[in-house]
Amino acid sequence: MSAPEGTNAVEVRGLSKVFNAGRPGAVEALVGIDLVIRPGEFVSLIGPSGCGKSTQLRLIANLTEPTTGEVLVNGKPARAARLDQDYGMAFQQAGLFEWRSVTKNVELPLELKGWDRAKRRARALEMLELVKLSEFADHFPWQLSGGMQQRVAIARALAAHPPLLLMDEPFGALDEMTREHMQTELLRICAETSTTVVFVTHSIPEAVFLSTRVVVMSPRPGRITDVIDVALGPERTVDTRETEAFFARVTEVREALRGIQPADVEPDIEQVVEER
Amino acid sequence: MRRSSGHAFALVWPPVLFGAVFLLVWETAVKVFDFQPYFLPAPSAIWEAFRTNTSLIWEATKVSGLNAFIGLLVGTAIGVAMAFLLARFRLVEDLLSPLAVGLNAIPIFVLVAVFNNMYPVTSEVPRRLMVTLVVYFIVLINVARGLREVGNVYLDLMRSYAASDVTILRKVRVPHAVPYLFTALKIAAPASVITAFVSEYFGGLQNGLGSRIVSNIALSNNAEAWAYVLGACLLGLAFFLAAVALERVATPGGVGARERDGA
Repeated sequence: MSAPEGTNAVEVRGLSKVFNAGRPGAVEALVGIDLVIRPGEFVSLIGPSGCGKSTQLRLIANLTEPTTGEVLVNGKPARAARLDQDYGMAFQQAGLFEWRSVTKNVELPLELKGWDRAKRRARALEMLELVKLSEFADHFPWQLSGGMQQRVAIARALAAHPPLLLMDEPFGALDEMTREHMQTELLRICAETSTTVVFVTHSIPEAVFLSTRVVVMSPRPGRITDVIDVALGPERTVDTRETEAFFARVTEVREALRGIQPADVEPDIEQVVEER
Repeated sequence: MRRSSGHAFALVWPPVLFGAVFLLVWETAVKVFDFQPYFLPAPSAIWEAFRTNTSLIWEATKVSGLNAFIGLLVGTAIGVAMAFLLARFRLVEDLLSPLAVGLNAIPIFVLVAVFNNMYPVTSEVPRRLMVTLVVYFIVLINVARGLREVGNVYLDLMRSYAASDVTILRKVRVPHAVPYLFTALKIAAPASVITAFVSEYFGGLQNGLGSRIVSNIALSNNAEAWAYVLGACLLGLAFFLAAVALERVATPGGVGARERDGA
């Protein structure tokens, strides 16, 4: 499943996306995006509403098609990578199926890959151990807290051991304490599974704490204005948040975002109108 | 998680008390104000009529109940089938939606008179058709919503798993629509009983609960008429409880269980 040595995890070349192209309400969601993400990196996309960061993630996931340019995931065109399930995905909403138990939710991607019952059960339990929810295996989603639901969603996204994890503001709906705990957990999980992550967020401290690189984006039209190397080291703990290096990086990202005005139009909403 | 028996008792006693007080007031009012039986019989008189006519009421209940049941089954089957068609083909929905709305705007019971004209006087088919029609719309609208109104996050997720439309239907849309079907059945089951009674007012055999109520009123047997009304209430209640029981059995861990646990 993993690509040969030297293959980039994600490669984006000359990417643009126009919603409602050729019509009066046309919105340039993204223009001239070039981005290369190497295996093992944790890259955050940050920017104000309407900068196209979610759209860029959806293009990498092949949930929407680019207007121009190309996206390679794991060395393959994005569509082929999606069909091969080369990535796992998590959203702001945990998106658990409420008629399925926690284990059955984690099993879903494996079920769709045609794994047999025993094999997917074993993997699901292994994943639940990874996210520390083993004792909730037979619970139903509505019996779990928001943070626990999001951990189940991460377990599900990683169940098939994809080399890439795409996350769209996964902790956006959680309270600050839960959020910081989840960030630490995510780093541990990604280190244990050596997963590459592309992570969309609004939060500067979140991006700095998690990332090896932070991609700063600006709206109207959506584009990349800055890429900041963070690299606070492999061992990040609660204490990391109180170091000089952490504050320096937070300031650097904040400086990069200064002067960028939010767009009036949220392209992500337009897109829903266009596609559904 | 389980609701304790004390909790259940706390839920049950207010309506029971209300019912008892209501019957007491009714009984007293009839005695004190000396209401004539043709105006309003006392609950005790109705109960007496119910007891002496139990076998007759049971016979009539079987007739109306069977009509309601057959209509409920057929209406649900057609409603579910049509909901799948609607969910699959946009065009079908565009064609049928105005038609469905239009049919809903017609005072639909009038159609019984038309159906009666189409079949022999002794036929139960017009009444069953009527029930089918009423149930059909309730089931169609709810199940179609259940199949369609799946959150975008679920559809994105399934696409990220490279799931086909058929797989999405099987793994997401159908299970999502199951609680909607039971919501529909909880409305449709009592509605089927009501429709079966009212359909009997438009002619045909005088063998069901609805026609017995009318004929007893015509003969000024008011207590007997009320006894048949009581039978009708019990039948409607039985249908509703059957729908609730079916929901509990069919959705373990789902919506039904959540209500049961009071979560």
